[in-house]
Formats: sequence, C-alpha cells, structure tokens
Amino acid sequence: MALDKAEWLALEAKAYELRKLLLETCHWAGSGHIGGGTSVMDILTVLYHKYLNLKKDDPAWEDRDRLILSKGHAGIALAPVLADYGYEDYEALKTFNLSGSRMGIHLDSNKVKGVDASTGSLGHGMSIALGTGLAARVLGKSYTTYCITGDGELDEGSNWEAAMAIAHFEAANVITIVDRNHNMIDGNTEDIMALEPLADKFTAFGLDTKVIDGNNIKELCETIDYALASDKPVCIIADTVKGEGIAFIEGDYKWHYGAMDEANYEKAKEALAAHYEKRKARAEKEGN
Amino acid sequence: MAGGLTYTATDSTQLATAEIYGNTLLALGKEHPEIVGLSADLAKSTKIGVFGEAFPDRFFNVGIAEQNMFGIAAGMARAGLVPFLSTFSQFASWRVADQLHTDICYQNVNAKVIATHGGTSFGQAGSTHHAIFDIGLVRTLPNLTVIVPADGYETANAVRAAYNTPGPFYIRINRGFDRVVYPSEDYGFELGKALMLREGTDITVIACGSCVFQAISAADLLKTADGLSVRVLNMHTIKPLDVEAIKSAIQDTRRIITVEDHSVIGGLGSAVAEVIADTGKGCAFKRLGAQDAFAPIGLHEDIMSALGIDANGIADAVRAVMHMDFELDDDWDDEV
Repeated sequence: MALDKAEWLALEAKAYELRKLLLETCHWAGSGHIGGGTSVMDILTVLYHKYLNLKKDDPAWEDRDRLILSKGHAGIALAPVLADYGYEDYEALKTFNLSGSRMGIHLDSNKVKGVDASTGSLGHGMSIALGTGLAARVLGKSYTTYCITGDGELDEGSNWEAAMAIAHFEAANVITIVDRNHNMIDGNTEDIMALEPLADKFTAFGLDTKVIDGNNIKELCETIDYALASDKPVCIIADTVKGEGIAFIEGDYKWHYGAMDEANYEKAKEALAAHYEKRKARAEKEGN
Repeated sequence: MAGGLTYTATDSTQLATAEIYGNTLLALGKEHPEIVGLSADLAKSTKIGVFGEAFPDRFFNVGIAEQNMFGIAAGMARAGLVPFLSTFSQFASWRVADQLHTDICYQNVNAKVIATHGGTSFGQAGSTHHAIFDIGLVRTLPNLTVIVPADGYETANAVRAAYNTPGPFYIRINRGFDRVVYPSEDYGFELGKALMLREGTDITVIACGSCVFQAISAADLLKTADGLSVRVLNMHTIKPLDVEAIKSAIQDTRRIITVEDHSVIGGLGSAVAEVIADTGKGCAFKRLGAQDAFAPIGLHEDIMSALGIDANGIADAVRAVMHMDFELDDDWDDEV
C-alpha cells in the first residue's frame, strides 16, 4: 500500500478539510481541545482514509477494523472525522459540547456511531484495544485494532500493564500509536513527569517501537504499512506538534483546551490555509 | 435444572462455593463458545482454572493487573465475546473502580465479574483482603446487576442467570465453603426476586450471602426460645432490589433487620433503608454488619460473631428491635 504522490496529495487535502471542520466544531462549541485535536488529525486522516477496513453503511459491522481513541479528549477531532466519513450527522457537530447533545467532549460509544470505545478517563484505551484484539483471535477474525494514546496519559500505570500484556499475548493485530505532542494540561511532558526515553520504555516492554514524524503523512503510511506486515506488536511514537496547522497555538500547552472567539477563529482559518500550502508543497517535492 | 452439570446435590457439602462457580462456568463454556475466562493470577484461588484447563484458547491470565483485565474484558465484550472475570472482591471493586465505572458499566458491556473472597470470608488475611465496602461502591453504578448468593447452588443459579441476561454483572461469592441453604438448585431462583425462607409476622430479617443461613438459624432459635414469628428474606439480588418484598415486610411486620457481611454503610442495609424512607412508613429498623469500621482479623465464623452477624447476634438484635417503638400508620392504600 505504498503511498504515491497523488494519494499523498489527496490525503493532505483531506487532512486540511478535516482540520477546518475541527476548527468549525470548536467555533460552534465555543471552545475545545484544539491542541491535541490538531496534533492527532493527520493520524486520524490516514487511518480513516487509507487503512481502516470499514463499511460506510454499517458502522457496527462485526469484521471492521477498530480504532480505540484512548485520548478521549480528542473527541473534537474524531467527531468531525466521523461526520465527514458519513457515520454521523454533520448537523450534530453544531451541537458538540452543548446541553442536550449526543456529543459531549468525550464521545459516548453508545451514542455516537463509529466510536469503538467510550474513553476520556485516561490510560484505558490500550487494555480495551487488547481486548478487541484477543477477541479477534478467539472469534477467528482478521480485523486490526488501532489504539491512539496521548503522551501525557502514559503517566497512568495501566498503560504499562496493557503494554506488557500486548507483548505477552503477542497481539500483532493491535497497533499502538502514541500522539507524542509533548504537552499536557499543566505544561511540557518532560517538565511535569518525564517520559523520555519513551521509545526505550516501550521497547523494554516488548513492543517493536518506531519513532516517526507524526505530522508527516508519508512517514505515517510507511510505518503503518510496516506494522501491518509485522508479526510482532508494533508501537508507533508519532512525534507531533500540539496545535499543528494553527501557527499561533503550535507548541503552546496553554492551548490544550482553548476558547475559539471570532478573532481567533478568523486567524486560525488563515493559519490552516497557509499550513496546507506548505504541506502541499512538501508532498509535491517529496512525493513520487 | 438443565445445564449438563458435573456435580450432584451432595457435592454442595463437598465443594467450595467457588468450585461450584468454576464447574458451572465450565458447563456453560461447553455450550457457548463465545464465553471466555479472565484471571489476574488467581486462577486457582478463584476456581476459574478448570475453565482455563478445558479451554486454554479461551482463557487469559493477565498477571497481577486487575485494571488491565477489566479493560480487556470490555474490549472483548464489545467485540461479541462474553467474558467472565474473576478476582478477589476487594480488587474487583475498589482496585478497578474507574475501569468498572467507565469501561464496563458506562459502556454497558456484556461482561460478568465473579468477585470471590467476598465479605470477611478471607478473614485471616486482614483488612487488605476483607471486601466489606465493595457493595457500597458497585451498587451505585448504573446498568450493573449485583448479586450476593447465599450458598453454592445459589451461585450456580446466579452464574447461569448472568450468562442468560445481557449486561454487566457483579456476583460476590465467598472463599471456601458456605453453609448449605438450598439442598438443590431447584428452589425457584429468579433474578431480582427475594426468596422467603421463613414465614413470619413479628419481624423480618433481610439477609444476603453467608448471613442468610445465620438468619434462618436465628429465626428457628427465636421461634423455639421466644415464641417469635420471624420472617426471613434471602435478598440475593442487591440490584435491582426487590422493592415489593421490602414494602410487604414493612406492611406485614413493621420491624426489619438487615444483616450482611459488609459495612452497614452502602450495602444491603442502606439499600433497604432507602426503600423504607421512600415509603414514608414507620418501621422499627436496624442494620447489622460492620459498624463503619474495618473488621478484625480471624476465621470467617469468628469475625461474623464479632460483627454480630451470626445467629446469636441476629437473635439479640431481633429481641432489641422487638422492644423498639415506631409510629403507626395503618393507611397503606395511599402508598403501597
């Protein structure tokens, strides 16, 4: 499934479209987890538009690939992805985070179509992903389970219980992707609770660990291809920028959760357009 | 009752309650390939090991990592399996409270928690292993059915009911042997329906788990020694609670005692108190159990005596409550 230039450009266009929809959703909601939503958007784009084996007319198809978004506060990124994909009502995005909505900040798997787990309490996703992975083994199914964790949430010990078990059970059908955006609510991850050397930790727990640029669609695709072909469980540490695409919030932990007033909204739209131009130019130059 | 069981009535005096659970799960597993078993390094202690030996491909020991086990079970259930998870009650509740809350109950998955070593049944282990606050926690969780079986056969019935009823279950059983309340499985177990083990008009003792046998013994003692007519209810299902049985007890006997191998805060006693308060009716009432305290160390039967939840303790409490006053209100038509 090597990525050619045309597909790369198409994925860049989709990522741009989805970042804009994320921004719209944040604007409608008044505020949101825009920092971690934008950092993970390239990962979500690549998964939903290249890798996940899904049926558009049946979100609950039992043989579908699963995506467990352990960093549940990125619901503001996942909801636009699901609406764009056709699973969810586009109009519902306008109610995100509002009273009476089906869509809270952390998406409810029993209320929002296409959500494979209700997450938000951090450090739960990898265990759930392993459960769906082991279930595939018991049921004789060939689907893949992807788990996206944040980096700050790796402070939770339960992740490491799960990592140990993913390796122990040799669950190669579970692919762990860490959205390594380096920031958490109170500051930089290394200042609050140092994670490094993070790759060494996952390696020591038994996962085949790759560190890549998580905002580079080509690198993401190459590494997911590698993980799918591997007979060992793989962990992808996707080095990302919190706020990727919106220059004035990039790398600023204070934008973990931010208010999107009119002035910021307009500024952010311009920033996303400029970001897309840069991304396109990179794909044109480096693609083949 | 059908089910292809491998043991007989006499075995209930020869098998620990958890062994009956293991055998029941094994029988269910033979019929239903979607059942899987999970353990956190307690396969032998919780007796789920027999399932693991029969179905090694459907059994997962996750090591001493209960949070992970509950998350895995949630993922498995969402993918169509029916996981039975076994660990000690203290760890199946408080240790994994967030996973139980979010992964299991909020998602309303079809996972069955068999919490062993309930109450003070592992008494010598000390308070780290006494589970006398677990019901107070799990009873608050929506979607969760909570059962505290009285003995081995009731455990078999509860485990089968859990399989046959979609949604999350918490079944709390004891370590070791239970006194036999039921000579066979065929006594009319029904989820959410209390069973009246003794008819009575003077007072009602509502019990669950190991206290059911003690309540019967107390009722028989009080009948002979004091001439009292004591109703005994086996309230095996703590949630959903049999509200009608409690209302009838208020109306018929006007005196109620609850007895449980648990704190009086949050468990069966609290659940019954909530119903009494909701009716607005006068009722002399007392809750037996651990009185907002950790339990002493000792053998299960010794701790039960110390907590006053054995037959003698219940009999003493009945005599005390028979002397309590309550406000009469004979107009039941408006509320019951």
